[in-house]
Amino acid sequence: MILQIENLHAKVGDKEILRGVNLELPLGQVHAIMGPNGSGKSTLAQVLAGREEYTVSGQVLFDGKDLLSLSAEERAFMGLFLAFQYPVELPGVGNLYFLRTALNSVRKHRGLDELDAVDFLAYAQKRMDLVEMDRSLMSRSVNEGFSGGEKKRNEILQLAILEPKLAILDETDSGLDIDALRAVAKAVNALRSPDRTLLLITHYQRLLDYIVPDQVHVMTEGRIVRSGGKDLALELEQHGYLADAKDHTLPVGGTR
Amino acid sequence: MSTDIREFTEREYKYGFSTDLDTDIVPRGLSEDVIRLISGKKKEPAWLLDWRLEAYRKWTQKKEPRWQNVHYEPIDYQDISYYAAPKPKKSLASLDEVDPEVRAMFDKLGISLAEQERISGVTVAVDAVVDSVSVATTFKKRLAEVGVIFCSFSEAVQNHSDLVQQYLGSVVSNQDNFFASLNAAVFTDGSFCYIPKGVQCPMELSTYFRINAADTGQFERTLIIAEEGASVSYLEGCTAPMRDKNQLHAAVVELVALKDAYIKYSTVQNWYPGDAQGQGGIYNFVTKRGLCAGSNSKISWTQVETGSAITWKYPGVILQGDGSVGEFYSVALTANYQQADTGSKMIHIGKNTTSSILSKTVSAGHGQSTYRGLVQVHDTAIGARNHTQCDSLLMGKDSGASTFPYVEVKHPSAKVEHEASTSKIGEDQLFYCRQRGIPEEDATTMIVNGFCREVFKELPMEFAVEAQRLLSVSLEGSIG
Ligand SMILES: Nc1ncnc2c1ncn2[C@@H]1O[C@H](COP(=O)(O)OP(=O)(O)O)[C@@H](O)[C@H]1O
Ligand SMILES: [Mg+2]
Repeated sequence: MILQIENLHAKVGDKEILRGVNLELPLGQVHAIMGPNGSGKSTLAQVLAGREEYTVSGQVLFDGKDLLSLSAEERAFMGLFLAFQYPVELPGVGNLYFLRTALNSVRKHRGLDELDAVDFLAYAQKRMDLVEMDRSLMSRSVNEGFSGGEKKRNEILQLAILEPKLAILDETDSGLDIDALRAVAKAVNALRSPDRTLLLITHYQRLLDYIVPDQVHVMTEGRIVRSGGKDLALELEQHGYLADAKDHTLPVGGTR
Repeated sequence: MSTDIREFTEREYKYGFSTDLDTDIVPRGLSEDVIRLISGKKKEPAWLLDWRLEAYRKWTQKKEPRWQNVHYEPIDYQDISYYAAPKPKKSLASLDEVDPEVRAMFDKLGISLAEQERISGVTVAVDAVVDSVSVATTFKKRLAEVGVIFCSFSEAVQNHSDLVQQYLGSVVSNQDNFFASLNAAVFTDGSFCYIPKGVQCPMELSTYFRINAADTGQFERTLIIAEEGASVSYLEGCTAPMRDKNQLHAAVVELVALKDAYIKYSTVQNWYPGDAQGQGGIYNFVTKRGLCAGSNSKISWTQVETGSAITWKYPGVILQGDGSVGEFYSVALTANYQQADTGSKMIHIGKNTTSSILSKTVSAGHGQSTYRGLVQVHDTAIGARNHTQCDSLLMGKDSGASTFPYVEVKHPSAKVEHEASTSKIGEDQLFYCRQRGIPEEDATTMIVNGFCREVFKELPMEFAVEAQRLLSVSLEGSIG
């Protein structure tokens, strides 16, 4: 198991958002979490990545280590990556420079040599080709003025460059037209590997037509309420999340 | 905000050592006698003494300005020593004779007084000024070959008296303002630079100012003249020891660009900012102004202000020649209890004159940054254009930023544009960087540097690197 989550709770102030999440992800698999807006999917992703504004309890083992005791950067060094639902703009910070700084920082903490600008460029160009990223985006500031699709593509490029053990993709499909979705899915598929686990967060099943998961989990009201094979996604598409939650007589708050 | 960031923005001032130099100091206090004494020590011509005395008399009639958006205890002008010079062991015939302690001090600052290429291909001539007295000017010979004069102000007074007399006070008069009059009365040294007609100065010229003695003020003057078609790039850097009393720095810089001339003046200001509690630090009250005297001349100011307890200055350009261009690029960083009230004055007089102002302020800790600018278009300035952009970045909840753009337009054809923005370093931005494995401290520097990038790219290459480093050092320590 690359990730084992046990009874994970997260609060902001008095508001409880995650209410006891249990989830296990084996190395090399692709899992999907689906669920309605506001069910806590992004919160789960952010908590796993080390965002500090949440009060967290429960246990999470990442690669056998106690994840919750680590800082965000330490989690990154260990190989945890989050493709953000809303990638952040860094005005004036060159994209290529940002990527090289990130990669070298991660390499340094893994005991590897840092790459100089020339070696990095060669490496980055290969990865850009892999994810079919327009090279002109590299000379611009990180995400500044990027279209929605370009931002998402840039997240996948960062994934490709940092080569994490676990990548969480938060709504990478949202805001993409069908062509962009296909291209991003193709890039993600190219990054599947026996040494890498992917956790796809989405509330549309259409992404899963292109990236076929080993397992699908359903999240509502801050809990994983159901897990199943890839067909579960289709079933959800037809019957909706709430019907599903009721079927399993799980304690669910009001409807939203 | 996490403790990491707090430590980061509170790291200590690296240049805070003081050097035990044998120093010739005039007793504290200011009077006509003190001015006569200074002028006498410097063996100045009578016209200069008269000019100083005239300035002094004007100064005594002036009130210290209080309109700026900074706060400090009243300065006791009788409690300052107005002349402090490292005593030369003998008069200097060459660089080799520079006092080894002075040399060691500059080595410690990372400034080499030896004549050498700093970075492959880039040559920088350095004039080093300690406590207002120039101690060494490098590359003098090579510059002389093309007719460039680059020397201390005192030397210029001795050897190029006619030029000094012609231009001194022609841009900033000895009655311009309270601090300019004070400077004119008591200035002890500074740098002088003259680029003859048609000459592109073959290297960067640079002056490093250092306040060393305690309880002294530093009052240096810089005068740069670019004749028709000449061009020069000039850099000024400065540091001071850590002292728990505030010290006054009131400099004057005058630039004169004749027809088709270009002067690029870059400052990396790193005076001692005071400690994390706001004790000590330099009061940096400076008058800098350029005159685009000839048509199609251009003057460009770039400043990176990271030091000083209080910075108060408005480098400006008088756009007299038709088609002349004035530019101002500024980064002002205030951390801990630093205050900065800075900006630019662009005075459009000639036809089709253009000016642009780009101001970036970064406030951390209890830092307060104010942009204050004046764009004035006279009724003669047909077709004048100005673009002003002021961006403020706030770090932490106790920092602040204000913007005061003043515009006075007397010709209807003028086009004056102003844009302003204020943003905070977002937790989102920091988290994004940290998630990618960039530690918080590096991420902060990266974001701030990114914010300042458009200004840094105006600096000469090697100084841009220096400025980025300085910025990160200065940030080390104050977000709350
Ligand atoms: N930092 C926060 N402060 C307050 N409420 C939050 C915060 N983060 C998330 N929430 C709330 O938690 C719930 C779950 O949000 P989110 O995890 O973004 O859901 P999803 O990604 O499944 O749409 C929402 O009601 C949201 O408003
Ligand atoms: Mg979400």
